[in-house]
Amino acid sequence: MAAAGNQNLSVGRLVGKLLLTVAAMFGFGFAMVPLYDVFCEWTGLNGKTGGQVVYEADTADIDLARAVTVQFSATNNAGMAWEFRPLQNQVVVHPGELNEVKFYARNPTAARVIGQAVPSVSPSAGADFLHKTECFCFNQQVLEAGESIEMPVRFFVDKALPDDVHKLTLSYTLFDVTQNFAETAQGIAN
Amino acid sequence: MATGHAEHHHGPATGFTRWLYTTNHKDIGSMYLWFSFAMFLLGGVFALVIRAELFQPGLQFVDPNFFNQMTTMHGLVMVFGAVMPAFVGLANWMIPMMIGAPDMALPRMNNWSFWILPFAFTMLASTLFMEGGAPNFGWTFYAPLSTTYAPASVTFFIFAVHIMGASSIMGSINIIATIQNLRAPGMTYMKMPLFVWTWLITAYLLIAVMPVLAGVVTMMLFDIHFGTSFFSAAGGGDPVLFQHVFWFFGHPEVYIMILPAFGVVSEIIPTFSRKKLFGYDSMVYATSSIAFLSFIVWAHHMFTTGMPLAGELFFMYATMLIAVPTGVKVFNWITTMFRGSISFETPMLFAIAFVVLFTCGGFTGLMLAIAPADFQYHDTYFVVAHFHYVLVPGAVFSIMAAAYYWLPKWTGNMYDETLGKVHFWLSFVGINVLFFPQHFLGLSGMPRRIPDYALQFADFNMISSVGAFLFGFSQLLFMFIVLKTVMGGKKATAQVWEGAEGLEWTLPSPAPYHTFSTPPTVK
Repeated sequence: MAAAGNQNLSVGRLVGKLLLTVAAMFGFGFAMVPLYDVFCEWTGLNGKTGGQVVYEADTADIDLARAVTVQFSATNNAGMAWEFRPLQNQVVVHPGELNEVKFYARNPTAARVIGQAVPSVSPSAGADFLHKTECFCFNQQVLEAGESIEMPVRFFVDKALPDDVHKLTLSYTLFDVTQNFAETAQGIAN
Repeated sequence: MATGHAEHHHGPATGFTRWLYTTNHKDIGSMYLWFSFAMFLLGGVFALVIRAELFQPGLQFVDPNFFNQMTTMHGLVMVFGAVMPAFVGLANWMIPMMIGAPDMALPRMNNWSFWILPFAFTMLASTLFMEGGAPNFGWTFYAPLSTTYAPASVTFFIFAVHIMGASSIMGSINIIATIQNLRAPGMTYMKMPLFVWTWLITAYLLIAVMPVLAGVVTMMLFDIHFGTSFFSAAGGGDPVLFQHVFWFFGHPEVYIMILPAFGVVSEIIPTFSRKKLFGYDSMVYATSSIAFLSFIVWAHHMFTTGMPLAGELFFMYATMLIAVPTGVKVFNWITTMFRGSISFETPMLFAIAFVVLFTCGGFTGLMLAIAPADFQYHDTYFVVAHFHYVLVPGAVFSIMAAAYYWLPKWTGNMYDETLGKVHFWLSFVGINVLFFPQHFLGLSGMPRRIPDYALQFADFNMISSVGAFLFGFSQLLFMFIVLKTVMGGKKATAQVWEGAEGLEWTLPSPAPYHTFSTPPTVK
C-alpha cells in the first residue's frame, strides 16, 4: 500500500509540473508578440521604423558631403477608397538635415472614414536610420465625405546610415479602420 | 490491493455505457483507433473531392470557394483527426503492455481526453453546413486571411482547435506520467521499447507546442471579436508574426506525427528480421536530437517572407542538420535488416515501404531546405508531394503496419495474410501513382491550393487523380480485413510472430481486459 501511495504522490507531482509547463508555454505564445517587436526593432528587420523622435537642430551636424535619395510610396490597403499619394515622389537629402514632405489624401466616398497609415522602410538595413519627428502615421486620420487633406511628414536621415545605402524608400499603407475604431469606441462606452 | 484483486475478475461492462464510462486503456485505445479511422475516411472523401476536381483542367464539380474549404478541411481532419489520434490510440493500447503497467497512470482523464474529440470534430465538420461555408483559408490558417477575410464559421474552427489541443495535452500528460512512474521493476529507461521512447519524446513535444497553438488561435479569436490587432497591420500588429507563432507550433507538430512512426518501425523491423534492433542507444539519441532541432527550424516555412540573409542561412543549416539524426535512424533500420532472416508479412512490407518512401520524402525535404532553391519550390505542388510522402507512406503506413502487427494481440485472431498483402500492394502502387507525379507538377510551377490549372499540367494531374482513387478505395479493403479479423480467424499464439520480443508478447492473445495487475520483473 505504501508503494501505491508513493506512486500516486509522484504521479501527482509530475502532473503538476507538466501542467505548469503547459501554462508557461501558453504564456510563451503570447510573449512571442512583444519579443517579435523587440527583435524587429533591434535588428531593423521587417522595415519597422521607430516612433516619434525629437530633432535637435545643430547645423554643424549636417553631412553636406553625402546625398541620400529618399523615395515615397503610398498604397491603399484592400477596401480603402481614399485617394492617397505623396506630393513629391522623391527628395535628395543630406544626413542630419531636417526635411518636410507632404502626402495628399482625399475621401471620395459619401461617408466619414477613419484611416490609419502604417510606415515601412526599405532596405531594412536602413530602417533604423530614418527618423520621423512628425508623421501623420502617428495618429488616425479622420476625413468627412469629400474632404481632402495635406499631411506633413518631417524626418531626418541619421548620419550613421551605412555607407552602402544610397537610397531609402519610405512607404505607407493606408488602412480603413472605421469599423475597428467604431467598435472600440462602443466597447469603451459599454 | 484487495480491490485491485477483485477488479481483476471483472470483465468489461456491456452496452454503450461500457465505452462511455470506460477507464480501461485497451477500450480507450480501441476507441481512438476507430475514431481515427473514421476521420481518415472523412478526410479521404475531402481529398477525393480535390482530386476529382483536378482530374481535368477547368472547373467541373465544385466552385473555387468550396475547393478551398476541401483543402482546408482535408488538412485539418487528417492531421488532428486521423494521424494524431491513431498514434494516441496505439500509445494507449501498447505502452502499458510494453512497460508492464496495469493501465495508464490517469485513467479517468484518459476517458475524458478521448470523449471530447468527437465533439471537436463534429463542431469542425458542422461548419460545412453553415452560412458562408467551412474554413477556406488552408490548414495553416494564415492571418489575416483567417481573421479579417474569414467566413463566420472561423469561430467554431477556433473552438474545435482548442478542444483538440486540450485533448492532446491531456493525452500527453497521461503518457508521460505512465512512462515515468509505472514501468515494471527492472525496466530502466534504456531498456524501454523504442515505441515507448519515441512516444515519451513526442508527448513532451506536444506539451511544449500545443499550448502555443492554443495561444495563436486565441489571438485570432481576439482579433476577430474583441478588436485587438495581433495580426492586423492597421492596428500596429503584424501578419508575419502569425506565421512565426504558427510555425513555432507547426514544425514540432510534424515531428509529433512522425516520431511515433519511427517507434513503430523500430519494433517491426527487428521482429521480421529476427535480429535485435541495430544501434538502440543511437536511436534514442537521434530521436531526442530531432525533437530538439524541431524547435529551431520553424522559419524554413517562411523563407520567402523577406527574412535577412543571416536568418535564411541559420534556418537553412539548422534544417539540413536534421538529416543527420534521421540518417542515423534509416541506416540503423537497414543495418537491422542486413543479414537478418527476413520474412515479408504485411507489417514488414509496410515497414520497409515506410523506410524507402519516408526517405524519399526526407530528400525532397532537404531540397526544400535549401533557401535559394526554396524560392522556386515555395507554395508549389513540390511541397505538396514532399509532405504527403512523409505523412502518407510515412506516418499512415506506419499506423497500418502497427495495426497489422498488433491486431492478433488485440483480437486473438490472425488477419488474412493474402488480403493484407493485396491491401499493401494496392496502397503502395496507389500512393506512388498519386504523389510521385506531383513532384514534376511542382517543379514545373503548378501552385498549391488551386481548383484549376494551366493545360500543360493536365497529364500528370490525371495520373495523380487515378492514383488517389486507387489508394482511397483500397482503404475499404483495410476496413474489411480489420473487421474480418475482429469477427474471427485463425487463433493467434501469445508470441504471434516468431521473432517478436517484448512484454506485450508474453501476454495471451487476445490480451485479457486487465493485464500486469502484478508487475512483471524485467531482467
